[in-house]
Amino acid sequence: MERSSEAKTLEKLTRREYAYGFVTEIDEDRVPPGLDEGIVRLISSKKQEPEWLLEWRLKALRRFLEMVESEKEPTWAQVRYPKIDYQKLVYYSAPKAREKVSGLDEVDPELLRTYEKLGIPLVEQKRLAGVAVDAVFDSVSVATTFKEELEKQGVVFCSFSEAVQRLPGLVKEYLGSVVPYSDNFFACLNSAVFSDGSFAYIPKGVRCPMELSTYFRINAAGTGQFERTLIVADEGAYVSYLEGCTAPMRDENQLHAAVVELVALDDAQIKYSTVQNWYPGDANGVGGVYNFVTKRGACRGRRSKISWTQVETGSAITWKYPSCILQGDDSVGEFYSVAMTNHRQQADTGTKMIHLGRNTRSTIVSKGISAGHGQQSYRGLVRIGPKASGARNHSRCDSLLLGDECGAHTFPYLEVKNASATVEHEATTSKIGEDQLFYLRQRGISEEDAVSMIVNGFCKQVLRELPMEFAVEAQNLLGLSLEGSVG
Amino acid sequence: MSARKPPEAARSEPQASGGNMLEIEDLWARAGDAEILRGIDLAIRPGEVHALMGPNGSGKSTLAHVLAGRPDVEVTRGAVRFQGRDLLGLAPEERARQGIFLAFQYPVEIPGVTNSYFLKAALNAVRKQRGEPELDAIDFLAIVRRILELVKMDEKLLHRAVNEGFSGGEKKRNEVLQMAVLEPRLAILDETDSGLDIDALRIVADGVNALRAPDRAMLVITHYQRLLDYIVPDRVHVLADGRIARSGGAELARALEKEGYGWLAKEPGLATGAAP
Repeated sequence: MERSSEAKTLEKLTRREYAYGFVTEIDEDRVPPGLDEGIVRLISSKKQEPEWLLEWRLKALRRFLEMVESEKEPTWAQVRYPKIDYQKLVYYSAPKAREKVSGLDEVDPELLRTYEKLGIPLVEQKRLAGVAVDAVFDSVSVATTFKEELEKQGVVFCSFSEAVQRLPGLVKEYLGSVVPYSDNFFACLNSAVFSDGSFAYIPKGVRCPMELSTYFRINAAGTGQFERTLIVADEGAYVSYLEGCTAPMRDENQLHAAVVELVALDDAQIKYSTVQNWYPGDANGVGGVYNFVTKRGACRGRRSKISWTQVETGSAITWKYPSCILQGDDSVGEFYSVAMTNHRQQADTGTKMIHLGRNTRSTIVSKGISAGHGQQSYRGLVRIGPKASGARNHSRCDSLLLGDECGAHTFPYLEVKNASATVEHEATTSKIGEDQLFYLRQRGISEEDAVSMIVNGFCKQVLRELPMEFAVEAQNLLGLSLEGSVG
Repeated sequence: MSARKPPEAARSEPQASGGNMLEIEDLWARAGDAEILRGIDLAIRPGEVHALMGPNGSGKSTLAHVLAGRPDVEVTRGAVRFQGRDLLGLAPEERARQGIFLAFQYPVEIPGVTNSYFLKAALNAVRKQRGEPELDAIDFLAIVRRILELVKMDEKLLHRAVNEGFSGGEKKRNEVLQMAVLEPRLAILDETDSGLDIDALRIVADGVNALRAPDRAMLVITHYQRLLDYIVPDRVHVLADGRIARSGGAELARALEKEGYGWLAKEPGLATGAAP
């Protein structure tokens, strides 16, 4: 019962098994490794894209190659990884489809089994009640459930590729309007080679009748996943969208560079929730996903609202800053985040709240948990523009350390150009208290349960923002992430 | 550090007999570099309430922590048996499930974890050990509501995070609430009276008295006689310099109130022959 044994218990508690590490055996249609104009043209032609989209991709490609050439890969994040050779990656891989998939009956049963194993049944009898799912496997969307039901309300929810075919006008209007292709290194790469993702459009005044959800799965070896998601909520519309993600256990790192764009018009609301559980690598830091993601929402309309909630437990490296551009007067941005880093995981995550309109408000709640040798940084920018009179921001960043070999860092940036704005920032860092652990154990609660009780309590303010179906999953995931291999 | 053999006479209680719930024998313990307990001998029978008094730094809380299994206190010598079995080899949670309860001097805040969730988890852990079925939320609430009345606690506190933002009095009442819910065999109250005004003290004492039972023992740690006006002990022990310097009945506490602890330093001889 000395300290050393406590440390050992904590170590045992934080050793985890990754439950989704299996590989699906399936024939792949993949392009050769490497990145050049030929590959981009090949991806675009596989998707039978219109000329304007190909041109857009090529502009992005040229810009990206310039950036690689001039070594513009960002280095400011508090993460370390070996240089990525972008010419060695495979940029497109899809399960070999039989002729045109139109219904689930034609989806490869192996894929259906994969999603079932992941707890995301796609077949009609077993679908999750009240949740429409778009299942993205490597580079393509393999199925979307409840499409017809949604379309009765005018809600479009389909794969990005399908949207390009069916609603090219909408896609053209909004693609790149929040995250331009030249926005940053990884967004630029994504713009050149993005393969699939989800698209949602909620028409004027419609409250989307069910949760929309995309489940991302990386399967193929040596492949990057570059999905692109675009959600547009028209005036007065409301939608709640969830994404989940897993990947097999592989010894090499897999690159995931996604872009998500959200647009909310007058009085529209978008609630975007993520439970990210990409493979984190093993205890020694071998393997795992590099999650380099650009997520941004534009509150274009007056009184619009965009709310990001994320639970980040996976990935070897996370580089992610879901942000809000508050253009419309009285618009609201929110960011609720729980990030957990264990073993050798590294996360540099946070948000940007850009206040442009009058009386815009934003809330940031970030909870970071580090265990093992995990390293974690919160990086946040709150910018109040000169016209944003009456803007208000409240930020709260708490870090919890488990053990004494992990680290937590906070980098808040504030830029205030309007004297009438109110900006508040609170931050705490604490170690999981020996006193708290002893108190709970003295009441008969096992050390393992005590740790997960304290961690879940620490995250509660964020977890309660998640839709019910995911809150339980997230809570389990946080428990699981700390669970020992016993029992 | 070589352990000094404590004087025989300081042993305040006869050696373990079959009827004891708790038996402490020549217990030495340290926290950090300091040797705090230096040969404690104590036996408590079921149904008894013992008071442990003594000046600050005499080792009262350390003894409570040793019994509850606090990891940062190291036992260097001696034995503790609880209900006839070795206690020192057990993890804190195992001791709790066996029926040892410590009411903390400084109850700990657990942000984000509601009091009711925590208490239900604790009760079910203890019930599991006793071979009783786990309680669902409804049965649990029924039990807790009865006890809330006993400690005059507002039900709202059940839905707040454990001890977070509680007043000093609310924290102590919350400890008594937990004790009443968990129904321990041995309850150790570590300075439960500290920081309480007279009304709160009375409520806490009433709660504790209501829990006195033939099969339950209590060790009440206090610096002041005041609490013992309300919780009348069967035995009183005075701890000084890590040892029990004197033991007696309830009247010993009253004598201390008059004399203070000064005599401990001046007349170390008093320690001898303390056992009645």
